[in-house]
Amino acid sequence: MIDKTIASVAQAVADIFDGATVMIGGFGEAGSPIELIHALIDLGAKDLTVVNNNTGSGHVGLAALIENHQVARMVCSYPRTANSTVFPDLYHRGEIELELVPQGTLAERIRAGGAGVPAFYTATSVGTPLGEGKEVRSFDGRDYVLETALKADFALLKCARADRYGNLIFNKTARNFGPIMAMAADTSIVQTGALVEPGEIDPEVVVTPGIFVNRVVTVANPALESVLVNDGRAYP
Amino acid sequence: MSAGESSTASVGWNREQMARRAALDIPDGAYVNLGIGIPEKVAQYVPEGREVIYHTENGLLGMGVPPDVGEGDPELINAGKKQVTAIPGAAYFHHADSFSMIRGGHIDICILGAMQVSQNGDLANWSTGSPDAIPAVGGAMDLVAGVKTIYIITQHCTKTGDPKLVKSCSYPLTGKAVVSRIFTDLAVIDVTPEGLKLVELAPGVNQDYVQQRTGCELIITE
Repeated sequence: MIDKTIASVAQAVADIFDGATVMIGGFGEAGSPIELIHALIDLGAKDLTVVNNNTGSGHVGLAALIENHQVARMVCSYPRTANSTVFPDLYHRGEIELELVPQGTLAERIRAGGAGVPAFYTATSVGTPLGEGKEVRSFDGRDYVLETALKADFALLKCARADRYGNLIFNKTARNFGPIMAMAADTSIVQTGALVEPGEIDPEVVVTPGIFVNRVVTVANPALESVLVNDGRAYP
Repeated sequence: MSAGESSTASVGWNREQMARRAALDIPDGAYVNLGIGIPEKVAQYVPEGREVIYHTENGLLGMGVPPDVGEGDPELINAGKKQVTAIPGAAYFHHADSFSMIRGGHIDICILGAMQVSQNGDLANWSTGSPDAIPAVGGAMDLVAGVKTIYIITQHCTKTGDPKLVKSCSYPLTGKAVVSRIFTDLAVIDVTPEGLKLVELAPGVNQDYVQQRTGCELIITE
């Protein structure tokens, strides 16, 4: 019998190792798997490379992981946040590396990683500082830069509903990077708001098929980053 | 995006009027992506009778107005991370699909702010290149490379009075030769193969006034 459910967030992240590459879902707070991130803070794995669109807010979730000096390198498109100084402070002190990637290129590199495509050409960033040093090739008279796939050891994701096979559906714009990160990571770990029986999610509306998911842990009432930030909370 | 500066000009269009003017150029049936700042305002001025579908790159086609207080979902947001609603007939999708809509040329119009636009349509709107700034690009480079028509809404000059329309951009580029049309507080200007062409003047503004505040020669035809 296939059962990908795990009893606790602590067990779900227990084998994340020092130096691992971890993709973390979410665009701002939408889709941010805060409980899994906090479990990773409890675990203490260090020297991580983290792939996320942003760098977190306040002193919880991803910002707290960075503040706890567990992240050596961020791969993201938009590391500035209105209400967080965690990443900027470390960056200015030279204590964290940044690989800045245009958002669509970031998404496609992740998708390619999950789809077995090692690299692709895109017109995005041609003629800009972010395209410098990249291989350029012309197709039908237009220049494109070569971008390589991104893969990860682990993905930490959040969904609305899941079954024991790992079939997932998401909530609104919380879907964002979830489906493609699930594909691109060796081990995809998903916190779900609700666990349902196989068949309860109509196969026509499954967003991420279970083959891309390794672990499912139920977090029935996930915290919202903005609420924690407004309350002045910090983790741990 | 640096489109948030307030207008102190006593002549020309204010921010609302700039958005209203740009909205006139969005045709019925267009799929449109709006940047943060003044471009966001365009949605409220699209002339009646035209149906426009708004795309937000974080995974929603059919973005509606902001929710009433207390009615929103923190996981239903736009690219500026503000809460929005979804219209009947909206669709959610993941980031790779969202940027396939952009990169694949399926979005008709994108309206963005600018720090500088050059006479050949180069756009700089993501970084001053300052060594102590944290670089952040978001989806701007993907949008300008992929969307068929790029409109810019910007003040004609910076807060310190420097022209934002220039011979060549001194700030790092977002994309080369990507801008089609520019809506400023003083004028509507097209990017043509010959250079920037004055299309329309704001009320109370004449050609000399615009030219004096522009960092390159404008093509002016009667």
